[in-house]
Amino acid sequence: MAATITEKIFSRRCAKEISAGDVMMAPIDAAMIHDITGPLAINKFREMGGTTVFDPAKIIMLFDHQVPADSIPAAENQKFMRAFAAEQDILNYDIHEGVCHQVAVEKGRVRPGDIVVGCDSHTCTYGAIGAFATGIGSTDMGFAMKYGALHFRIPESLKLTTTGTFQNRVGPKDLILSMIGDLTVDGATYKAVEFTGDTISEMSVPGRMTCCNMAIEMGGKAGIVAPDEVTRAYCGGRMDGGWLDLAPDDDATYVLEREYDAADLVPQIAAPHNVDNVGDVTKFAGTPVDQVFIGSCTNGRYEDLAEAAEVLDGRKFAPDIRVIIVPASKTEYLKALRAGLIETFVEAGGMVEAPCCGPCMGGAFGILAPGEVSLSTSNRNFRGRQGSTEAEVYLCSPATAAASAITGEITDPREVA
Amino acid sequence: MTTWKFGNDIDTDAIIPGRYLTIYDPKELASHAFEGTRNAFAKEAAEGDIITAGRNFGCGSSREHAPIAIRGAGVQAVVAISFARIFYRNCIATGVLPVICPEADTITEDEEIILHLDEGHLTAGERTLKVEPIPAFMRKIIDAGGLVEYAKNLTEIEICTK
Ligand code: SF4
Repeated sequence: MAATITEKIFSRRCAKEISAGDVMMAPIDAAMIHDITGPLAINKFREMGGTTVFDPAKIIMLFDHQVPADSIPAAENQKFMRAFAAEQDILNYDIHEGVCHQVAVEKGRVRPGDIVVGCDSHTCTYGAIGAFATGIGSTDMGFAMKYGALHFRIPESLKLTTTGTFQNRVGPKDLILSMIGDLTVDGATYKAVEFTGDTISEMSVPGRMTCCNMAIEMGGKAGIVAPDEVTRAYCGGRMDGGWLDLAPDDDATYVLEREYDAADLVPQIAAPHNVDNVGDVTKFAGTPVDQVFIGSCTNGRYEDLAEAAEVLDGRKFAPDIRVIIVPASKTEYLKALRAGLIETFVEAGGMVEAPCCGPCMGGAFGILAPGEVSLSTSNRNFRGRQGSTEAEVYLCSPATAAASAITGEITDPREVA
Repeated sequence: MTTWKFGNDIDTDAIIPGRYLTIYDPKELASHAFEGTRNAFAKEAAEGDIITAGRNFGCGSSREHAPIAIRGAGVQAVVAISFARIFYRNCIATGVLPVICPEADTITEDEEIILHLDEGHLTAGERTLKVEPIPAFMRKIIDAGGLVEYAKNLTEIEICTK
């Protein structure tokens, strides 16, 4: 039977034909926990009578949301998880590596064709390398850590095809924002979102991660790109055993198909307080901002920082705003450091922090006061997400963030020559 | 019993802000539920209350703190037109009943809600509204008293694998 990528992944892992709508207990190839959702997952694992995790090598553990610990409760949670890692013989990246989703992919803990769960909604990011990856809660994670399996309802899929070449200073973030604007925040609820077309084939893995990362912002259970040569080049030897034909069949069944033109796309903004409140940057140009954040699992990779530095081109950030730059991982930080980008940002007046989630979720630092406006390359602009419920968060690409950081107001990056 | 009416796209940051995620105690989480967006909730919600909402309730983060906070406040059920996926699963796991009712947005705060899930409806005041059945597998977990209780009694699970 003709199958989607999702159906192919489950069918392959389960050695029988699996179709959308099937309910099954599926095996788990990797399970990710971090400092916020991990302690509760461990408690649930124990309450279920768990003594040893199903396979310590398949548990990805790290701390990224509140690091270094920013409060006594955060420190206690991390201490608790360290003890669990030691007891269970789990490799714990602790505070050393960066944001969970970036680390899981770049360290090769996730492979194409894997079924992955993570105690974080943006786990869907790993679809960029052709894994079926989805976010779950802590109790489900307790179950997955105990049994190495979890109940799934196999989702129907959406097929989003993009063709054409992006204009200068327009990229993956603008594309995914425009798709969310089109499909709305619940347009893909319970569904897997397949990204396909020439634009995606030519897109790097980091760009694909930006797109898959935000599948959850349209309600998606997973975002996914069929593994191809770009994936193979990125994953290298890690694709051993995972490299397989996961491309969807031409006549696979989709609940919705949409086509997008990358060449027509202009820089996009998601205005407060919903991610589907999307419009062209020109509509918001001139809006004064108090803080600009470049980072997160959506846009904190080297490519993103390089794009921002290119727009900056030796200029200074506006003096009366705060510009916070946080690379998504140690690896990406080092790349940026060696390329001189960190120096560029610091000289421009930015604050560069060590890899972590940073201001993305308003838990640690960079918190907004009532009435303040943030422009952020992250993925959520919900009311109160980055601090006060009376603050406003606008989302954009790294290029738009950099252009706006120069002027101090939302600015079209195509106009900053 | 009080009915707490909410609109569309109520996200988990609104249900429990990010700065409280180091807390796991249901009562303490409940004391910050809807902080800054609906302060009366934490003060006045009581055992047996019901939340009603429009589309996409619980969108956003996977934080289980959200249904725990709601349950901690005494709410047993959320009746909505639709739910975000992770939140729906987290409700099942933590013992909050997620009820899908296509006309949930027509329920007013003056109407008392009585659930008749086995019969496939609820009554809101004088009116009878249809609700969608909870999938059989999820029902087993709810009947066990949540996923922890369900998992405790599992001796062996059948994993679909080769
Ligand atoms: S960077 Fe933001 S969205 Fe990504 S995992 Fe961290 S808090 Fe979540």
